[in-house]
Amino acid sequence: MSLRRVFATAGRVLLQLLHDPRTIGLMLVVPCVLITLLKYVFDKQPLVFNSVAPMLLGIFPLLMMFLVTSIATLRERKTGTLDRLMTMPISKFDFIFGYAVAFSLLALVQACVVSAVTLGLLGVTVLGGTVSVLLAAVLAALLGTSLGLFVSAFATSEFQAVELVMPILMPQILLCGLFVPRDQMAQALQWLSDVFPLTYSVDAMRQITTHAAWTSQLVRDLLVVVGCAILALILGSITIRRQE
Amino acid sequence: MRSICYTAYVMEVMITARDVSVVLGGRYQALKQVSFELEQGKITGFIGPSGAGKTTLIRAIVGRQRIKAGTITVLDQKAGSPGLRSRVSYMTQEASVYSDLTVQQNVLYFARMLGFRGKQAAEVCAQALARVAMTDKTGVLVSSLSGGQKQRVSLAIALLGDPELLVLDEPTVGLDPVLREQLWGLFRSLAQDGKSLIVSSHVMDEAERCDDLLLIRDAQLVAHDTPQKLCQQTGTKTVEQAFLKLAGGTA
Repeated sequence: MSLRRVFATAGRVLLQLLHDPRTIGLMLVVPCVLITLLKYVFDKQPLVFNSVAPMLLGIFPLLMMFLVTSIATLRERKTGTLDRLMTMPISKFDFIFGYAVAFSLLALVQACVVSAVTLGLLGVTVLGGTVSVLLAAVLAALLGTSLGLFVSAFATSEFQAVELVMPILMPQILLCGLFVPRDQMAQALQWLSDVFPLTYSVDAMRQITTHAAWTSQLVRDLLVVVGCAILALILGSITIRRQE
Repeated sequence: MRSICYTAYVMEVMITARDVSVVLGGRYQALKQVSFELEQGKITGFIGPSGAGKTTLIRAIVGRQRIKAGTITVLDQKAGSPGLRSRVSYMTQEASVYSDLTVQQNVLYFARMLGFRGKQAAEVCAQALARVAMTDKTGVLVSSLSGGQKQRVSLAIALLGDPELLVLDEPTVGLDPVLREQLWGLFRSLAQDGKSLIVSSHVMDEAERCDDLLLIRDAQLVAHDTPQKLCQQTGTKTVEQAFLKLAGGTA
């Protein structure tokens, strides 16, 4: 692996996105609009909104980066560019980490914008501070990117890549504690929720919202998120083969 | 390097394939016991109808396709060896370029992946784009190019790094006659510089321009000879007629 090639790949991925301003616009504007919408959904329950909004800051980056990465890598597989790269003197990790770096940077920009709106304009307060929120959001995005990279191997069309959100991310969103606190769900679902990585991303945001200092649970949550991201990257790298 | 001796000259061997078989998807036999030896510094045509196995053979040579049986040796190394990655270039059948980047951004990215840096990277890009006559389109987004122009960008990338062997899968598909002529001129000059080229095509008139031909049909190697000899042996005037005769059809 070479850092130069990782950054060349990250730069290339970001350049591709720059040529697609609508995607960037959707990525930055849509989460802000949705969170603002939610504020008025919980018009009479501002406290509920204050606990739900930060959790969404952990879900949006994961969801978006999952979608963007799975489609982008699917395209690389389908259009022959991956074929070409795999015959060049590069490591597949140059390719994989290039994507991880590019989308983490993009996620940072997204997290800054969405946090500015949520914590600034909408007046949501998090005791743990903005920097922790940004960190947790970027790690969530990294997880989304890694999962997307891995899952793209199982999609043969862009339709499938988008549809895979339903079986892979929807259950995680339903069981992560956003709708109902996890300890009020059926026991079997709690166990299931325990093995879903998104749960930890959302729990991290909750920890940051309710604690001024970093709790050991927050550290555990973030480590689980990073661990799952690395695991998914490794699994993803297995699906990218030099020889088919 | 091993050599094959002919009566008058000694030629260096570029590729040796022995009893190569490829099975796709666990069932479909895409190549059946194909054996041949190709020489350096020549343009070798892989000719045959669509679906005959040309692309599979090409992918096996560049190391992208696993082979079920047999061996392929390229430049004295096993096909797909890490040592070959900067000596062999591969242009896939579909223009493998990023449609949401400009021509320059595409070529520059691949140059960087090949290890070129800074000014040198810019120079090799400019040279490659000049050779495919795309210098005036450097700032254009690939998505707004025509099919033939995309092919040329893809070819420019295959020229980067001065590879010893260029493996080009249908490089002239969709090009107008003038451009096709130009590209064949380019292929010829590369061969004169000592480079070896593999060019696949299902257009028979392109076969006449090759030094050496592999006729492939139904996953098998039907014939391997120069265009002239193929015509002589079959008593035909064109490679197309020769192919039809060899393939059992009527000329």
